[in-house]
Amino acid sequence: MTIPVFRFAPWQPAEQQLDHIAPAPLPSPFTPSVVLASVAVLLLLCFVSVGPLLWPQSHSTQWLSQVSLGPTTARAAKVVRDEGLWRPHGDVRSLRVADANTERVRLHWPALPEVKRYQLYRGSGLDAGLGLPLAISSTPYYEDRLQLRRALYRYSIADADTGLLLFSVEVRPQQAISEFEARLQGLIVGHKTTLPSTIMLPAHPLGTDALGRDILARLMAGGATSLFVGVVAPLLFISLGCILGAIAGYAGGVVDQAIMRLADFVVALPFLLFMILFRVAFGIGPGENGIAPLILAMLVLSWPSSARLVRGQVLALKGQPYVESALLSGLSTAAILARHILPNVLPIILVAFSFAIPQAIFTEAFLSFIGMGVSPPSTSWGAMCNDGIKTLLSHPRHMLLPALFISISVLAFNILGDALRDISDRRSGGVGR
Amino acid sequence: MLFYIARRLLFAAFTIWFIATATFFAMHAVPGDPLTQEKAMSPAVRAQLEARYGLDKPLDEQYLLFLGNMLRGDFGISFTQENRRVNDIIREHFPISATLGLAAILIALVGGVAAGSVAAHFRNRWPDRAVIFAVIAAISLPGFVIAAMAQLLIVRLNSAVDSTWLPVAGWGGVEHVWIPALVLGLGTMAYLSRLMRASMLEVLSSDYVLAARSRGIGPWRLFWGHQLRNAILPVVTELGPSIAAITTGGFVVELIFAIPGLGRYFVQAVQQLDYTVIMGTTVFYGAFLVIVVMLVDISYGIIDPRIRLTSGRRR
Repeated sequence: MTIPVFRFAPWQPAEQQLDHIAPAPLPSPFTPSVVLASVAVLLLLCFVSVGPLLWPQSHSTQWLSQVSLGPTTARAAKVVRDEGLWRPHGDVRSLRVADANTERVRLHWPALPEVKRYQLYRGSGLDAGLGLPLAISSTPYYEDRLQLRRALYRYSIADADTGLLLFSVEVRPQQAISEFEARLQGLIVGHKTTLPSTIMLPAHPLGTDALGRDILARLMAGGATSLFVGVVAPLLFISLGCILGAIAGYAGGVVDQAIMRLADFVVALPFLLFMILFRVAFGIGPGENGIAPLILAMLVLSWPSSARLVRGQVLALKGQPYVESALLSGLSTAAILARHILPNVLPIILVAFSFAIPQAIFTEAFLSFIGMGVSPPSTSWGAMCNDGIKTLLSHPRHMLLPALFISISVLAFNILGDALRDISDRRSGGVGR
Repeated sequence: MLFYIARRLLFAAFTIWFIATATFFAMHAVPGDPLTQEKAMSPAVRAQLEARYGLDKPLDEQYLLFLGNMLRGDFGISFTQENRRVNDIIREHFPISATLGLAAILIALVGGVAAGSVAAHFRNRWPDRAVIFAVIAAISLPGFVIAAMAQLLIVRLNSAVDSTWLPVAGWGGVEHVWIPALVLGLGTMAYLSRLMRASMLEVLSSDYVLAARSRGIGPWRLFWGHQLRNAILPVVTELGPSIAAITTGGFVVELIFAIPGLGRYFVQAVQQLDYTVIMGTTVFYGAFLVIVVMLVDISYGIIDPRIRLTSGRRR
């Protein structure tokens, strides 16, 4: 007996009809924040991969004369020879600035017979007041070499005994580089007797850090390390977890028990404590950057969560009719795992992976911050924060810039993970979660 | 129930043994030993010291010796801190870490529940958006950055009012506790408020809240009597792992705020390869975590019998 069924389109089977009608149109997963996060991730990847090609400064070269600079453009610097102690000849009628550059400022003033000792002050030309007491001089000349920058200074010379102000002059030192440093940086090659009078110094768009290294180049090099660890470590430990979880779920019995008890134990280890311990235990040889032991330590400690996930999935899928039919048709275990189980587990693994990335970035940053991550001259954003916290009060930028990059990447990967989870939940319809 | 507790106890004992063993062998795998120093040591002195600390014995014998001592609760003498017993180090410095952790958990719990409730009640309006923004910021900023920025802020604040309102670092009175505790608890607070918001939203749309409201119960009584008690359950379940996260995450905060807690000693000991201190602190921390998580699990087992059926599974 057939029951008459009303169909919208009798030429199509009823199931397809229902499929067509039932699901309400879901909102697109590509919300503005997801798009923004994808763009951010792409930009970050470009920044660390293409960036060093466009900005070929070394991240570990120190500019002794350019410590903790603000953003600067490329500029000419006068080459200054080291001439030892400065001793001017003769007298001057009035205060004379014999030389004014960032390597040295030379002042020469008329000797006053009634003054025995001169007190020198250096202050900012923009503020009132004498500023920093530089020195007490018994000669009517002085050479200042104390951390000079390209700023407006006011030098004041007073009688050290009476405190009477004698001279005052405003000086704006011009950019200079010592011959020693120019040779060190390879800007002057060979033993030429005649030096070039000026040399072009490279630009530092984000300034330099407390050791005179270009921050932009360091952000690129550090980002490469951070993102490398952030992606490769989860890739490895999730793969290991998948393999162990699949074996446990599929084999069952003693193997399952053994792997899962081990997972229980590993999860119970205090994570950060053992990260530090293993990172040190796996050790580094001289000249290595410490990334390998870091990843290895994460591998040892982080596999259980994905192993549990995959095991649960495999257990749920093992009973499915299509797996049983594959088994009956004589497919090998490996083939069943690869062809029938893996594609179903993959979305969940992908979600776990995308959430593991920000976690790994955090872990690396944390370890590098306490000085147990990558070792110099390699750097990472966390290591940059470690360097930067030492100058936090005077130059917060040194720490905040790498911190900003860590935050942006962690945030972006978290948003992408959320979106991936939504998509995966929709597709699987919540099966096995 | 007794069987469940016995199982958990057995598992906890095994876990502590596993932690001790893993620590022991990981530590001995590090090249060098605590006696390796920059200054050369004469062989005679070295032999004396090795004999004193038992380093001259083969590794398996050292391991058994260590396990025996551990069972008696004795972790030996520190290598780098002259004649200081590890038990004393733990006894003196753990209470500091514990105070900090406890304060952090309290702040996280109260703050998280409050923020989550507010966000849920003002869904999609500005308080909700503000909470969500703060949660995202707290989740995507590393703890050490938050700590450093808090410190910078305190310095600026102090210099603005031209007095030491808040101590920048150190340990002593109550005023030293709450800023580091806030920093330490911030990540957990963010996580808990997200959880609280979700569960509060569920409660708000439930039938019993509607029924209570239709009976004319005022908003505050409704909140305390009906909504909070139901919505807080999933937050409480997350407290166990949160305690774990906070106690082990404490050492960055301890480093930055110069707090003499146990975490600082651990980092220092690893750098100096101080065998006994590493063993002592790791086993102590591990045992502490295992026992806390176990107690939390057992108490859930008492509260909710369904959990007992799926025992042995945490998170």
